[in-house]
Amino acid sequence: MTVRTAELLMAITMAAFSIYLMVKSYELPIGWVQDEGPGGGAWPFWLSAILLISCLGILVNWLRKHGPIASSTKVYIEAHVLMEVLAVAIALIVTVGLFSFIGIYGALPLFLIFYLRFLGKHTWRLTATLAVLIPVVIFYFFEITLKIILPKGLTEPLFIPLYKIFF
Amino acid sequence: MLETLELLGNGFLIVFEPLNLALIIGGCALGLFIGAMPGLGSVNGVAILLPLTFLVPPAGAIIFLAAIYYGAMYGGAISSIMLGIPGASTAVATTFDGRPMAKLGLADKALTGAAVASFVGGTISVVLFTFFAPPLAHIALVFGSPEEFALMMLAFATFVGLGGDDLFKTIFSIAIGLVLSAIGFDIISGEPRLVLWDITGFMHGINFLVLAIGIYGIGEMLWTVEENALGGGKSMLSEATVTVARTFANLRELVSSWKTMVMGSVLGYFVGILPAAGATPGSLMSYGIAKQMSKDPDSFGKGNLEGVVAPEAANNAASTGSMLPMLTLGIPGSPTTAILLGGMVIWGLEPGPRLFVDHSEFVWGLIASLYAANLFALIINIAFIPVFIQILKTPFTILAPIIFILCLIGGYAPTQDMHDVWLMIVFGIVGYLMRKLDYPLAPAVLAIVLGPLAEPALRQSLIISNGSFGIFFSRTYAGPIMIAALLLLFLPLFKMGYDKICNRKS
Repeated sequence: MTVRTAELLMAITMAAFSIYLMVKSYELPIGWVQDEGPGGGAWPFWLSAILLISCLGILVNWLRKHGPIASSTKVYIEAHVLMEVLAVAIALIVTVGLFSFIGIYGALPLFLIFYLRFLGKHTWRLTATLAVLIPVVIFYFFEITLKIILPKGLTEPLFIPLYKIFF
Repeated sequence: MLETLELLGNGFLIVFEPLNLALIIGGCALGLFIGAMPGLGSVNGVAILLPLTFLVPPAGAIIFLAAIYYGAMYGGAISSIMLGIPGASTAVATTFDGRPMAKLGLADKALTGAAVASFVGGTISVVLFTFFAPPLAHIALVFGSPEEFALMMLAFATFVGLGGDDLFKTIFSIAIGLVLSAIGFDIISGEPRLVLWDITGFMHGINFLVLAIGIYGIGEMLWTVEENALGGGKSMLSEATVTVARTFANLRELVSSWKTMVMGSVLGYFVGILPAAGATPGSLMSYGIAKQMSKDPDSFGKGNLEGVVAPEAANNAASTGSMLPMLTLGIPGSPTTAILLGGMVIWGLEPGPRLFVDHSEFVWGLIASLYAANLFALIINIAFIPVFIQILKTPFTILAPIIFILCLIGGYAPTQDMHDVWLMIVFGIVGYLMRKLDYPLAPAVLAIVLGPLAEPALRQSLIISNGSFGIFFSRTYAGPIMIAALLLLFLPLFKMGYDKICNRKS
């Protein structure tokens, strides 16, 4: 896919999104409400309209091949770059997905092992050290010092003895 | 004047409380580290680390973040000089002469020069700040909703008129930020609004940190993954000889560059005040002027110390400059200060001129902390130059997963809702794809912070005027500000028309 094609797809997607936003804003009054001033939908409605106009502007520039992006025939994301970026992005999505099941302390070591060992090609010794150390530091810093309880999913019961010690 | 000094004195008393002092030193060191890492700058550091500051009181939190901001401005020079890769976009101009100096074996001289210039830039601009801020805040005290809205329009207009990015993409970025900030509840009628696809997670709105960490954390890291994949991940670290004797000799040599430093500081400060300009253009302009002022302009780009000193003084001065409109008017002068402003709202401090009256201790504590942060950043920087050079050897694949994890937790911490973590990932990926198409993203972050303040200002103004937009033009202060905003908005159109006429003639 070339940069020029990507530009077109992005502009069309965003134009569609701004139409959706306009429709959604219309659920609230967008005109003048007696004794209340502008209705609750007015601000987002007119902003979404500006959004749509700017997307149309980008599309017009695309048709005219105006500017470096709209006229670029370079590849949008090189194949080997795409593989690396995708690997990281998918690892992130899987990790966040796992938060609700095996909890943050199950997911983070897996993420670290994947990143350090398979993407970074570091030694098993370094990988294992960091995969244990980082979650422990996070537990101490966030849960104990800041009192921000992080998602644990099914592993919640395992933490009850720890809560008893620290709180 | 005397009153200002007295307030500043009180500010120093706050700074010298042990906790605050520790926060400044810790913040400077952390900022230096973040700034030194290629790709990460002050805005990334402040966005990712803001959720960590919920532990300390607001004054301590902002002092810590401001110290990170400052430290990162110093640190940016380190990788510019040692690797030839700007540590942050604000340090681009530093590579022009810093890298050639490092290749000539003068890396230590360039690093010392950068640190001292940063100190001079930071200090001169804080002094300017101390005496500009109170009168400006005083004038702004009479501002009502119409003036507030006009000021925000002016801030957005600077992006359109001066930003230099694609016109429609800039407008897109501003509008999307404002619309995203409108999600949640309508503040006046109390009805749910824009609950996208009826997902209940949108009912509590979109926290600005979710967008900021999405773009400046996840998105930025994906961008760096790409850069590393393209560059093969290899970069050449220069050698540097650092001894105490050489450091003192370097410091003595710097005295002759004082004129360049002062020029860069004053220029950077005033450029920094403008929301769309800031540290990057400020340092580039300063480099250009230093080259023109020089007796030997041909030596620039080949390792002239002046070429390192000028941009470094300017980018630090600009970061202080960007705090002026944030503290006095409630309009951030840079993406980093936009995030600080959002933080202030979380901590329950209403930004704007009332801050100087209602929370005078907080404001002066922060200003005094800037003086202190400059001093500590200089000392830490010069004393630990060898350590920072070692840090640059840390492989990206160790640092990256740690930063990603901090982003995930940072997105979760403010609302403790998994919905926000997912949203942050979406913003990160879409932001990365948009950045590849040259969509400017800083205006969106500014807009999502200002949105919740802009809408009530607009609606209240219209209620006062019974629906007439004339109110923005008929008032003493709002009128000129609004006209300036409109002129800036239409500046690109004038330019286009002018170019057409010129083309026809030729």
